[in-house]
Amino acid sequence: MSTESASPANAVELTGITKRFPGVIANADVNIAVRPGTVHAIVGENGAGKSTLMKILYGMQRPDEGTIAVDGAVVEFHSPADAIKAGIGMVHQHFMLADNLTVLENVVLGSEPRSRGGLDFATARAKILDISSNYGLGVEPDRLVDELGVGERQRVEILKVLYRGARTLILDEPTAVLVPQEVDELFGNLRELKAEGLTILFISHKLDEVLSVADDITVVRRGTTVASVRPGDVTARQLAELMVGSALPVPELRDSTVTDEAVLDVAGLTVRTGDGRIVLDDLSFTIHAGEVLGIAGVEGNGQAELVEALMGIRSPSAGTLTLGGKVINRMSTKHRREAGMAYIPEDRHRQGLLLEASLWENRILGHQTRRPNVRGPLLDIGGARADTQRIVDEYDVRTPSIEVAATALSGGNQQKLIVGREMSGDPVVLLASHPTRGVDVGAQAAIWEHIRRARANRLAVLMISADLDELIGMSDRLAVILRGRLVSYFDPKAVTPQELGSAMTGATGEAER
Amino acid sequence: MKRLTPRAVALAVAAPVGALVFAALVCVVILLITGHSPADTVEAMISSAKRPRTSVIALNNATNYYLAAVAVAIGFRMNLFNIGVDGQYRLAAMLSAALAGASFMEGLPSFLRIAMTMIAAMLVGALWAGLAGFLKVTRGVSEVISTIMLNAIATALVAFLLNPRRLAILEGNDIRTPPITEGGWVPNIPYPGTNSEIHGLILVAALVGFLYWFVLARTRFGFELRATGLSESAAVASGVSVKKMVFLSMLLSGAVAGLVGMPELLGGAHAYSLNFPPGIGFIGIAVALLGRNHPLGIAFAAVLWGVLDASSNGLDVAGVPKEIVVIMQGVIVLSVVVAYELVRRYRVRLEQREVGRALGTTKPLEEVSA
Repeated sequence: MSTESASPANAVELTGITKRFPGVIANADVNIAVRPGTVHAIVGENGAGKSTLMKILYGMQRPDEGTIAVDGAVVEFHSPADAIKAGIGMVHQHFMLADNLTVLENVVLGSEPRSRGGLDFATARAKILDISSNYGLGVEPDRLVDELGVGERQRVEILKVLYRGARTLILDEPTAVLVPQEVDELFGNLRELKAEGLTILFISHKLDEVLSVADDITVVRRGTTVASVRPGDVTARQLAELMVGSALPVPELRDSTVTDEAVLDVAGLTVRTGDGRIVLDDLSFTIHAGEVLGIAGVEGNGQAELVEALMGIRSPSAGTLTLGGKVINRMSTKHRREAGMAYIPEDRHRQGLLLEASLWENRILGHQTRRPNVRGPLLDIGGARADTQRIVDEYDVRTPSIEVAATALSGGNQQKLIVGREMSGDPVVLLASHPTRGVDVGAQAAIWEHIRRARANRLAVLMISADLDELIGMSDRLAVILRGRLVSYFDPKAVTPQELGSAMTGATGEAER
Repeated sequence: MKRLTPRAVALAVAAPVGALVFAALVCVVILLITGHSPADTVEAMISSAKRPRTSVIALNNATNYYLAAVAVAIGFRMNLFNIGVDGQYRLAAMLSAALAGASFMEGLPSFLRIAMTMIAAMLVGALWAGLAGFLKVTRGVSEVISTIMLNAIATALVAFLLNPRRLAILEGNDIRTPPITEGGWVPNIPYPGTNSEIHGLILVAALVGFLYWFVLARTRFGFELRATGLSESAAVASGVSVKKMVFLSMLLSGAVAGLVGMPELLGGAHAYSLNFPPGIGFIGIAVALLGRNHPLGIAFAAVLWGVLDASSNGLDVAGVPKEIVVIMQGVIVLSVVVAYELVRRYRVRLEQREVGRALGTTKPLEEVSA
């Protein structure tokens, strides 16, 4: 019950919720009070226990201890049906819509309106249009879901929940699948819902979004609620530190270690797609020993093609690649790797790992021609195991054993394994595509530190990232790629994320040329 | 590779055993519907299987099936579907039989004759499979399509060559390649209680199985092959030339396929004739599936298939159509494919949960319940 007598009862109040799974405590003593008519954000790192908590609130799991109160009355949910009856609805991260049905059919699916033995679509259509216009959702009931974009599908999911009478909506990572414009639209919808008196529980780990849309924020860490704050009172950094429980790592380089020894030289690199479209247009740059060259750019401007061309996965139609004074244009990927090129791929599941193979087999991957993994044509399994254990220890890969399959590890630990592997065998140049994407801040700090250390040992690094703070903090030089061309260079010490951002979209980049 | 814990073994065995039990139940139902006694059927099969002669036939069948299944499994490990083992082994057996029966071979030492025959068979098999590999690598032709077509071409080619005007002789009603004289035979292994003998080349099958395991698990080439099968994109990024691997593994698969006809040719028939056993390549696909591409698993599956085939002959005596065995084999294959996938998913989740438990995180649990 709310202690403020003037305000109405909390829309949802969780008190002392604890949930144990065999061997693990997923939630411990969670307390959350959600005021009606607000957007309440639940933030926390991956694995902090946010999703379990929401499943408890939605009746998918039952708490071992603690109570749930809706509008001041204590309730007990045995299934999502109970939660829906109490006015709680959930919009899942992965949409649950049938593509070949219309919006109308999807919305009524499972709670079809009946009249005289048949389905009463007219009433349903009227109700949907009514909800849609009330909350500004702009949903057209007769379109096929198949034709809808991601943002529209999400609005259909929201409408589905509202159709069932929900007064409190749980949105599980709703922005994960959206592009920035769609995120803005979603936030607009959320504000309208809020204005109509609905309550929204917004689960996220994107802090800037949370700060812009939420009225209250509850921080979850290691399964328990550690803080409740108002967005006006905290900065994104403070919020992040609450999430992690310690001071955040800062991407920064100390003294310059740049030498004048060119390691990787790219001259006039041009790459075309199979149908002749130019994706990289006459790129030229040099990376020196001990230097990090950061590449900033909106995704899809040629970054993926650049690293693939450098690794020999994609063949360029023109240009010269020189590694340590030797032209490597005709070298295979295998020989480039043997010559000291290391590669942290953008998509670790697609290019970096054999998900169903053990960690030590993944240690061999990409290094299958070199010690300690092989002796002549034979695998040196003992050597590979021992070196995998070294990586696990040095890079703090959290795993019970090196025998487990890579797919069993969390994303951050998979990434640490990849970084550890690629740093093995004394590379001379590292191509790092989004080296800290999707990893938690602890792993992020560790990966940055390893890159810094290798840089001090004269490693040349090409770093591509969507995280501008990372790029600015970790680069000795910054280049902006736009439509397959390097359009401008910046000094990371002098540039602001805003300047970089406008160069990435072409607002200033063209002017400087 | 994976460590052998009791649970890992139990998980590995669960799927095939479950599939076998399910297939047996389906057969019981079919027998009951068609008015036969399941008990009598089982009794007839068991009493047939107990006879030493049946055991020998079962083992000899199993030898052929094993070689065919290893040939298929080499492709499977690369995500290649070599349906052409059938055509590869028939063409290889026919041509190597013609070589082994040729008169100039008579004067050569026995060992050399046998080695030449087998190497010729492997080369022909590799060549026939290599055609499919070449088409895939250079023109992007699906190996499924090309090997099926090559099977048909092999059938026509064998029919063309197996003609008295070309490589064959007419003997009574039978057309066959010139019989191999005794110096070119592989000695068989006697079995107590029967005149039938076990093909000596069963040892070659065992050696092939061992090499298959060794190359895959212990060599760089085998690692690259497995990596390509697990994730082609990761293999490419790691410096594996996928085209080279496709071509090489098709050659290897075909070479092993070439050996499939050898036990029968060098240990039994001593000539390639119209009666030469057909269809072993397709059985090999089923056996490789059941054996999970594992050298020991394939061995168990091959023996099971051999025993089922050999003991089915006893069913006619009991008045039960022996086609019930074919139904059983079919149900086994279908159900085992489903069962393996279920066990695989369960294993992945189990492992994620264990890692989660060991590290005290909640992430895997959320995924399990999602």
